[in-house]
Amino acid sequence: MTDTAWIDAAFTSARPQAVGALLRYFRNLDTAEEAFQNACLRALNSWPQNGPPRDPAAWLIMVGRNVAIDEVRRNRKQEPLPEDEAISDLEDAEEAMAERLDGSHYRDDILRLLFICCHPDLPATQQIALALRIVSGLSVKQIARAFLVSEAAIEQRITRAKARVADADVPFETPGAAERAERLSAVAAMVYLIFNEGYSAAGDTAEIRSPFCEEAIRLARLLLRLFQSEPEIMGLTALLLLQHARAAARFDADGTLVLLDDQDRSLWNQQMIAEGLALIDKAMRHRRSGPYQIQAAIAALHARAARPEDTDWAQIDLLYGALEIVQPSAVVTLNRAVAVSKVRGPQAALEMIEPLAMRLSNYFHYFGVRGAFLMQLGRNQEARVAFDRAIALANTSAEAAHIRMHLDRLMRDSAPRAAKVSQ
Amino acid sequence: MLYAILCYHDEDLVGSWSKEQDTAVMKKLAVVQDRLRTQGQLGPVARLLPTTSATTLRKDDPPVVLDGPYAETKEQLLGFYIVDCGNLDEAVDVARDLGAANPGGAYEIRPVGLFQPGDRLK
Repeated sequence: MTDTAWIDAAFTSARPQAVGALLRYFRNLDTAEEAFQNACLRALNSWPQNGPPRDPAAWLIMVGRNVAIDEVRRNRKQEPLPEDEAISDLEDAEEAMAERLDGSHYRDDILRLLFICCHPDLPATQQIALALRIVSGLSVKQIARAFLVSEAAIEQRITRAKARVADADVPFETPGAAERAERLSAVAAMVYLIFNEGYSAAGDTAEIRSPFCEEAIRLARLLLRLFQSEPEIMGLTALLLLQHARAAARFDADGTLVLLDDQDRSLWNQQMIAEGLALIDKAMRHRRSGPYQIQAAIAALHARAARPEDTDWAQIDLLYGALEIVQPSAVVTLNRAVAVSKVRGPQAALEMIEPLAMRLSNYFHYFGVRGAFLMQLGRNQEARVAFDRAIALANTSAEAAHIRMHLDRLMRDSAPRAAKVSQ
Repeated sequence: MLYAILCYHDEDLVGSWSKEQDTAVMKKLAVVQDRLRTQGQLGPVARLLPTTSATTLRKDDPPVVLDGPYAETKEQLLGFYIVDCGNLDEAVDVARDLGAANPGGAYEIRPVGLFQPGDRLK
């Protein structure tokens, strides 16, 4: 590792705790961020010479707090800033002090910081931009690049989100158990949102946004360390790991989406799969099921299958059935239908999705799946209509390309028959 | 004498390494490990999954199963080596070499009392 790489890694890992603590002191997001930035600047001067502090987060909290307080004083009295040496004297006291200041708080500090970003008034894109900027410390430039919009647009999005958050008056008292559980569930949903923003990207954007997936996994692990006995957080972390484990196999060289059945399973990341499976094992012991655990269990069944034909579709059908109960949605039923088609055949699956037609009339996957079932039933004309509709609704060029592949197959299949008729 | 070298590091920090940084560290460690292997000094080596995947059994009566690692520490047990060294100085030197390849954190060097290679796990 280069000299500065470890410092960057230390900043990244300390950031949620440090900004969270500074936010509690100053009760203002901008002040907290600025204090953290200033502390990082001091660290860049001090750490390469003095070596890394025992507890980088505590160091950054202490220094950030003192610099900010000095700034306030200086503005008041126009006094000069203290020298760096004066600040590094703090290091002796750093550990004891920070422990006393933060030991009992840091869990709620981090949770609050994340919770602020997922305020219900904020649209999803603003939540994601805010979390990536404030919690993860991604630069406006990085975020703008990932969203394919200008830096000014992201800057504006973050400024608006901050203004709305400031008006929202998030309480700074230590939350009670019910409040904490509520915050945790909102934060988990936002972490999943960040992951999906990366996961659903395709083509050129897939590469740019894959850091979103990694960041979401990092945040999920962070939450799990704070809330070690929460089966749903184990489930969330497992779900993200198991899905991201397939990243290298999900696109071909042209950036076309490769479906699960066609993926080269040797490209799956076995370490991530092992960690995901271990977490589901742990979660199951609690016998408190939830949507993340169920989805993770489904992902685990795919991960456990060495070949597509080894997939336990009957079990997946059952798990989607359980998911329909705890989190009923047309999309879940649509996914279940895919499992049903493998277990009971395309006719049963088609019947299952017919009632969803109204609700999913603008949903790409509905028509893709419907087309596939019809194709399996040999109803090619209807399949073609469904595929055409899917292409019209495709969100990415990779999705459209994938459906076009089906259409080409249909054309090939029907070509010899057409020839026969003309004979 | 067999020594266990227990690897402690801030897991949060190690988890923040980019894939490239992680690979670079593993590559540097492999050089040291290869040398030890050639010298016939290297026993089992393990890198543990994150502490979030850990479960602890407290051997109370009755035993209690807890989520998470045994101890909440600033630096976590992330892996271990078993090495065969003539004396403690040699073992410390091995740890020093490993440490040069993977700076940060700490190694605890502990003589091994009983060693069963468990050759079913090859």
